[in-house]
Amino acid sequence: MTFDLDNLGLLPADSPVPDATGHFGAFGGRFVPEALVAALDELSAAYAAARTDPQFLAELDHLARTYTGRPTPITDVPRFAAAGGAAARVVLKREDLNHTGSHKINNVLGQALLTVRMGKRRVIAETGAGQHGVATATAAALLGLDCVVYMGEEDTRRQALNVARMQLLGAEVIPVTSGSRTLKDAINEAMRDWVTNVADTHYLLGTVAGPHPFPQMVRDFHRVIGVEARAQLLAEHGRLPDAVAACVGGGSNAIGIFHAFLDDAGVALHGYEAGGEGLASGRHAATITGGSVGVLHGTRSFLLQDEEGQTIESHSISAGLDYPGVGPEHAYLAQVGRAQYHPVTDAEAMEAFGLLCRTEGIIPAIETAHALAGALQLGRELGPDGLVLVNCSGRGDKDVATAARWFGIDLGEGA
Amino acid sequence: MSALHGAFARARAERRAALVGYLPSGFPTQAEGIALACAMVGAGVDVVEVGLPYSDPLMDGPVIQAAVHRALTGGSSVAHVLGTVEAVAATGAPTLVMSYWNPIERVGVEAFARRLAAAGGVGVITPDLPPDEAGDWITASDAAHLDRVFLVAPSSTQERIAAVAAATTGFVYAASTMGVTGARASVGGGARDLVARVRAVTDLPVAVGLGVSTGEQAAEVAGYADGVIVGSAFIQRILDAPDHGAAVAAVADLAAELAEGVRRPVAAAPQTYL
Repeated sequence: MTFDLDNLGLLPADSPVPDATGHFGAFGGRFVPEALVAALDELSAAYAAARTDPQFLAELDHLARTYTGRPTPITDVPRFAAAGGAAARVVLKREDLNHTGSHKINNVLGQALLTVRMGKRRVIAETGAGQHGVATATAAALLGLDCVVYMGEEDTRRQALNVARMQLLGAEVIPVTSGSRTLKDAINEAMRDWVTNVADTHYLLGTVAGPHPFPQMVRDFHRVIGVEARAQLLAEHGRLPDAVAACVGGGSNAIGIFHAFLDDAGVALHGYEAGGEGLASGRHAATITGGSVGVLHGTRSFLLQDEEGQTIESHSISAGLDYPGVGPEHAYLAQVGRAQYHPVTDAEAMEAFGLLCRTEGIIPAIETAHALAGALQLGRELGPDGLVLVNCSGRGDKDVATAARWFGIDLGEGA
Repeated sequence: MSALHGAFARARAERRAALVGYLPSGFPTQAEGIALACAMVGAGVDVVEVGLPYSDPLMDGPVIQAAVHRALTGGSSVAHVLGTVEAVAATGAPTLVMSYWNPIERVGVEAFARRLAAAGGVGVITPDLPPDEAGDWITASDAAHLDRVFLVAPSSTQERIAAVAAATTGFVYAASTMGVTGARASVGGGARDLVARVRAVTDLPVAVGLGVSTGEQAAEVAGYADGVIVGSAFIQRILDAPDHGAAVAAVADLAAELAEGVRRPVAAAPQTYL
């Protein structure tokens, strides 16, 4: 595979999954109210037409270069690796340098352009950490779309800065007070809005979960991450990595970087889930390593549920990973053994977070810190000849307050 | 002929629509919920839907969400739901379960079907399981002689309606409007058209749900549909009642009003063109 500089925006995968009805082996599909089937069919058709339409691809490519700032660089982080006891070389794919501060913008611009093509005037989105909400509000401002973002009330407190950013960008942020007041409940509320307003509204889903075609479409919009990184490693380091590491909540950044390496048998793929306070504590968001197969939010995948199929609330220091489900393609990759998934606790993630700040001058998102902790472990196992590629999926500006509390830095917030 | 089909056939013979009432199991408590459902039947509800409380009810508006939340907080379980079904079915009214898909899949599709049939349940309404994903359920419901009720919506294409109707037994559930459950000032104008589109492809009874809360609306829907489904309006009466006795009276009162409504179907108004 070569790095196609003529096409940064959208690189549809030549992939055996999903099948025509959105199934990744035993996973995926469409478990939705009948009222949404027509909209999902419309979206599937619009996406199928767009992905081969030169004009759409040119528009997306133009935005990727001139607005998002693609291609993003890769950065060698030797001081981080050494401080973390990893003999192997660790290289970051710098999605944190994208406009709006994370990989989320890749997908959002694609879906926002599709929204315009479908003749819809309004986008709605769910958000956990706020990164997808900010990216959606940004694209809506750019393209002149009305924007409503649903965010768990608990998350609006944890991520107050991102709430303000969305409002500055002209979006309406609706705090969701049902259920656990986090991402899963924001998705429920967004689905309710969508089923009511589907005629003029696109649900700009932010991860590789949900009903078909979202897992496939969102993956394709993020596939540029891995395609770029693979070409950059070959050009700058003359070789492919031994392992690729990414954090996994819903799993969009991980799928984005994994996909270009699926056919490289020598490249191990590792996804790091939020282990929260540890799997044994029951307070975690490690869906694949600590969950079971079921149906949530329109797709069959792994999820956190009790013996009667009620969703169990997830826990993570990272709002962006605090989700009891995971994208169906990750479930598939886990089942067929192509990717391995591991839990990383809050404490392990925060240790890696602090280390990257102090040794490299890069403040990562706490989500990303889970992948960084995993990369250090891989780097210790691989030894001095090893090369680990990490998706640095987001920057940590939004997490400064959380990190300050964790590390005992006085923010002068008073009592 | 299934018990469900029998209820619709009786209503049809009486030149009226069947009245279908929904309550979630375990709301406000299991025992009170059973008493409330039995009161509905006593006051004229023909068919009962027992809701299986689920943590993520994304088809439901705030009223049913509130009731379901209370049931879950009170320790609702599948065993409780089946107990409710058994008690309500003992009244003689055909009793279905309305459930999101994951709890059924988690308990085991075949096991759930077997246990529901053993409890006297006649079928399941599956709001987030389109027929396309229902292979296991179709097999299990056939084996357990349960009806399977799928939904159609105003946005459904004629091809979808035909496919849904072909997979459905018992009755076709027509969602009157695009949206979630809850009372509305008017039942969607698209409902009549949707029912006509369903009738074009099946002889199954068609029941209309979403938004019906008054006898007037029931009479209007009875003018073109075989069944009128009411849920949130019953729950709202229960939420507003000061105690269980008042809730029973309020539910019976609404059931009587709706039962009267389905017995005086309003003939379709002639189309006028300006």
